[in-house]
Amino acid sequence: MNVIEVKGLKKSYGLVHAVRGVDLSIPQGEIFALLGPNGAGKTTTVEILEGFRSRDAGEVSVLGFDPQTKGHAAREWRNRIGIVLQSAADAGDLTVLETIDHFSGYYSKPRNVEEVLNAVGLEEKSGALIRNLSGGQRRRLDVALGIIGSPDLLFLDEPTTGFDPEARRSFWALIEKLRGTGTTILLTTHYLDEAEALADRVAVINDGLIIEVSTPAELGGRATSKAIVSWRDGDTIKTESTDNPTSVVTKLTTHFGGEIPELTVSRPSLEDIYLTMIGGTHE
Amino acid sequence: MNKIPSALNLGIRRGALEIRQFARQRESVVFTLLFPVILLAIFGSVFKDTIAPGVTFSQYFVAGMIASGLVNTGFQSLAITIPMERDVGGLKRLRGTPMPVSSYFIGKAILIAVSMVIQIALLFGFGLIFFGVQMPTAPAKWFTFIWLVLLGSACSTALGIAFSIVPKSGRGASAVVSPIVIVLQFFSGVFFIFTQLPSWMQQLAAIFPLKWLTQGMRSVFLPDTFASQEVAKSWENGRTFLILVLWLVIGVFFSVRKFKWDRD
Repeated sequence: MNVIEVKGLKKSYGLVHAVRGVDLSIPQGEIFALLGPNGAGKTTTVEILEGFRSRDAGEVSVLGFDPQTKGHAAREWRNRIGIVLQSAADAGDLTVLETIDHFSGYYSKPRNVEEVLNAVGLEEKSGALIRNLSGGQRRRLDVALGIIGSPDLLFLDEPTTGFDPEARRSFWALIEKLRGTGTTILLTTHYLDEAEALADRVAVINDGLIIEVSTPAELGGRATSKAIVSWRDGDTIKTESTDNPTSVVTKLTTHFGGEIPELTVSRPSLEDIYLTMIGGTHE
Repeated sequence: MNKIPSALNLGIRRGALEIRQFARQRESVVFTLLFPVILLAIFGSVFKDTIAPGVTFSQYFVAGMIASGLVNTGFQSLAITIPMERDVGGLKRLRGTPMPVSSYFIGKAILIAVSMVIQIALLFGFGLIFFGVQMPTAPAKWFTFIWLVLLGSACSTALGIAFSIVPKSGRGASAVVSPIVIVLQFFSGVFFIFTQLPSWMQQLAAIFPLKWLTQGMRSVFLPDTFASQEVAKSWENGRTFLILVLWLVIGVFFSVRKFKWDRD
C-alpha cells in the first residue's frame, strides 16, 4: 500500500483555483520531491496532506488515513507523521535539549533524545537557548522536532532555505541517513540540485496541476535529450549537439592526437529542464 | 505498542514548560507579578481616607487588585501572547504533533493559576506589612475566596484563549486588548468605589465578569456590614458564581471551536 495516495485533489480560495486535480502515489520508503514555482499549488497540496487544510474535492489517503478526520484517530495518525514547516521561531527561552525532550513526550515511541541531537549535529548546542542559535542551527532543531517521534512519514518544507553550502551538504547527509531507516519523505524545495541529490522521484506542479512525475535523471526527457560537446579549437570554442557524444569525443581525440583542449560534455541540467517545463505552461 | 500519552498528562507537562519559559522572561515576571503591588502602593499612599467605619481605601482596593489581577494575568496576557506564538509559527508546529489542543489549554491554565497564587501571596504580604490590610478570619470567607480565585482564573484563562482569535497579529495584540482591560477596570469599580460610578457605567460593567469578581472579592475583604452599601444591598455571591460559570462556558466554547493555530 502506498504511504500517500491522492486522486483528483481540488482546492479553491474564492475564485482562485489553487489545486485543480492533483494525483499522487508515493510508496513506502521513497523520498519524493514536489517542485513548483510560488503560487503553483505546492503549499496547498502539502498542507492538505498534513491535515492543516480542508479540500474541496478528491480522495486523499496518508498512511491509510484521511487527514481531514478529527478526534482521537487524528492523534494516532499524527503520532506516525513528522512535519518540518518553513519557519518556527518560538520557544526562544528554552534550551535545545529541553525542547527536544519535551516534544519527545508527545509520541508513543519517540527516538532517543541524545541520538536525535547527534543525528542533526546539535550535540554541542544542547544546553544553548534557542534564541541564541544561528539560522542553520534552528533549522536543524526544526528537523530534530520533526523526527523525534520516529515518524513513518516526514514532510520537509523547503528545509535548507538560508543555509550556506556546507550546511546544506551536511543536511543532505542527514536526510540520507533517514532514508536508511525506511522513512518516507515528502520534500518541497526551490532548489533543483537538492531535489536531484535527494529525491528518488520528483513531481513538477504548476497552475494547480502535476505536469510530470519522473526520476530526476529522466524528467522532461532529460536522459534522452541531446548532449552538448564543447572544446577549444584554436581561438574559438566549438560546440556540437549530438545523440552520440562518445563517438564525437573519439573523433576529436583522433583529430587532436590525444588530449582535447577544454573538453566538456554536458546534458541539460534539471534546472534547465524545469524552467522549460514551467515556462511552457505559464502562458 | 505503546499508547500515546493522555491529554491530561501532556497538559501537565505543558504547564511545567510554560512556567519554565515564563520564569526566564525576567521583565514579564516582574511586571506581571509585582504590578498589582505597585498599584496598591500608589493608590494606598494617595487615598488615605476610610470609606466606611473601619474600612480603608487600601482594604477596598486589595479586593479590586486581586480581581483585576485575575483579568490581567489570564485574559490580558493570553490574548496578547497567543497571537505572538501564532505569528512565529509555534502554534502551527504544535498542531502538527499528536499533542491535543486540550493539553495546550490545560498548560495555559496551569501557568495562569500558578502566577495568580504568587501574585496574591505578594499582594497579601505587602498589603499586610505596609498598608495595614486585614485578612479575613472566618472560614466561610476563605471558602468564598478560594472558589473565586479558581473560577475567576479558569474563566479568565478561557476568555483569554477565546479572545486570542481577535488580534490579527502579535504586534497589534496589545493595542487591541489593553484598552479593553483598562476600560473594564474603571467601569468595574477596581480603581473607584463602584457605587459612586454613573449608573450606565455600572449597568455596562454588570455584563462582564470583572465587576462580579471584584464584588465577590469585596465580600471576602470587607466587613459584612458593608454589603448594605452595594448596589443590590447584598454581596450577591450566588449571582457572581452563575455569571462567572456562564462566561467560563462561553470562553471554553469559543476556545475549542474557533482556536486559530495559523496566521491565515
